[in-house]
Amino acid sequence: MLRIEGLKSGYGRIQALHGVDIEVGQGEIVALVGANGAGKTTLLMTLCGNPRASEGRVLLAGEDITALPTHQIIRRGLAHSPEGRHIFPRMSVYENLQMGAAVSDPRHFDQDLERVLALFPRLKERLDQRGGTLSGGEQQMLAIGRALMSRPKLLLLDEPSLGLAPLVVRHIFEIIAAISRDQGVTIFLVEQNAFHALKLAHRGYVLVNGKVALSGSGTDLLANPEIRAHYLDGGAS
Amino acid sequence: MEYFLQQLINGLTLGAIYGLIALGYTMVYSILGMINFAHGTIYMLGAFISLIAFLAATTIGGASVVVALLVALFSTMGFTALWGWTVERIAYRPLRAAPRLAPLISAIGVSIVLQNFTAQAQGARVKPLPPVIQGGFTLMEGDGFTVNLSWMQIIVMVMTLALMAGFTWMITKTSLGRAQRATEQDMKMAALLGIDVDRVISTTFVIGAALAGVAGLMVTLYYGVIDFYIGFLAGIKAFTAAVLGGIGSLPGAMLGGLLIGLIEAFWSGYFSIEYKDVATFGILIMVLVFRPTGLLGRPDVEKI
Ligand SMILES: Nc1ncnc2c1ncn2[C@@H]1O[C@H](COP(=O)(O)OP(=O)(O)OP(=O)(O)O)[C@@H](O)[C@H]1O
Ligand SMILES: [Mg+2]
Repeated sequence: MLRIEGLKSGYGRIQALHGVDIEVGQGEIVALVGANGAGKTTLLMTLCGNPRASEGRVLLAGEDITALPTHQIIRRGLAHSPEGRHIFPRMSVYENLQMGAAVSDPRHFDQDLERVLALFPRLKERLDQRGGTLSGGEQQMLAIGRALMSRPKLLLLDEPSLGLAPLVVRHIFEIIAAISRDQGVTIFLVEQNAFHALKLAHRGYVLVNGKVALSGSGTDLLANPEIRAHYLDGGAS
Repeated sequence: MEYFLQQLINGLTLGAIYGLIALGYTMVYSILGMINFAHGTIYMLGAFISLIAFLAATTIGGASVVVALLVALFSTMGFTALWGWTVERIAYRPLRAAPRLAPLISAIGVSIVLQNFTAQAQGARVKPLPPVIQGGFTLMEGDGFTVNLSWMQIIVMVMTLALMAGFTWMITKTSLGRAQRATEQDMKMAALLGIDVDRVISTTFVIGAALAGVAGLMVTLYYGVIDFYIGFLAGIKAFTAAVLGGIGSLPGAMLGGLLIGLIEAFWSGYFSIEYKDVATFGILIMVLVFRPTGLLGRPDVEKI
């Protein structure tokens, strides 16, 4: 589904990714973990064309999307729930979801809306509320729901658990599992919360200073003593 | 009382025209966070195109007044829209990553070019258009003073209302308007949802320009005289209207336009006509000093 080859990218003269190779298979959940500043967010954003890759290639379902403008990449079946959620603050929840469906066939809208609201019943009660006034957890639900409105082939999630209470975190991860299981969406997930992410994922990658340092199945990585020491101390509860 | 009513009518007419121009300022501002200093000259271009189109349609084409007006309306909207698109393309887009001052300078540059081109092509002297739509109603009579509401004033107000209603509908209800608001609130995220942000920005310039073009048409018909310099003053007044209403707020632009029109009419009616522009600019300064967010603006404006 997604194939990243020798990807380099950064901001101006600062290089954040130094040749990354990652593969995400059809229907898989793949987690990317790593310390602050490792380049996880940069990687997901580079997949979307902003910032642009300086070297390497990105293939989505076999097609080279490396040089396409962002909106064209999205139209090819990628959806991103970015770091910081980026809910449109002065639009209602409903309008935010409409924006999520901006590239899809309007005839699907009602059906997709129903599907997303079934996943996040909390949003259903708040359709007319302004995005900016939602709680953090609700905003995260909306960000994921909005991304799902376009019926993506591949869903990118950047730190869906950031800043959420443990109970809500568990709920969000359950929903991610359900999205993968019930809707067959391929998921590429970035997380600080390595424990939850690796438990959920089929496979995982560890990013260190803009390079993949380790990869393997979720269970293997969870059992790896090095990972336990660096990313799971205190988090393995 | 009669005198007051007459100034009210005049002020509302004038304010409608300012409001139409102010919309363009506020739209571009809310999406790019910049004042489009080329906007005033677009209004001037609209005035000239409508004059030329109207005269061509009647004298060469032998069209009736109504047909000629429609020809003038559509050619004005078409040409000003095209010019708005061009301004964005040559003055703003190549400089989007540049320091904020750069596009302002290039925008002033293109407007100077257009202004001088117009002065060259059309002559620097005032152009008259014989009154096209005459007559109206006498609303009230007394003390040797009559209150008139002319057809032209009715047309200006009705047309402005219709345009503003259509525009508001477009922004609040259509997918284009939604894409516009999304781009304005979070450009990066809009792109991540598949919105072609460049196209949305282009459309914003095009719509704002076409509205200013209509304002130019109306002023040509209403006053009957135009020159290549009218864009400057009207531009600053409409800008004042946008700031007074709260820059970035669409209802604010309409409200600000009406208020500026009313203030100007009452000032010239009761104080002195020579100082009417001073009144407007006094308001601009007072708003900037005491309430920079304007009447309906959001308090979280951080861009200038
Ligand atoms: N807009 C930017 N301009 C310049 N440098 C940036 C920018 N965004 C990120 N960086 C730098 O790129 C590097 C990678 O950042 P990135 O945001 O990708 O890390 P991350 O792995 O997502 O970290 P975190 O877990 O804290 O979100 C960091 O050194 C960061 O300082
Ligand atoms: Mg990050």
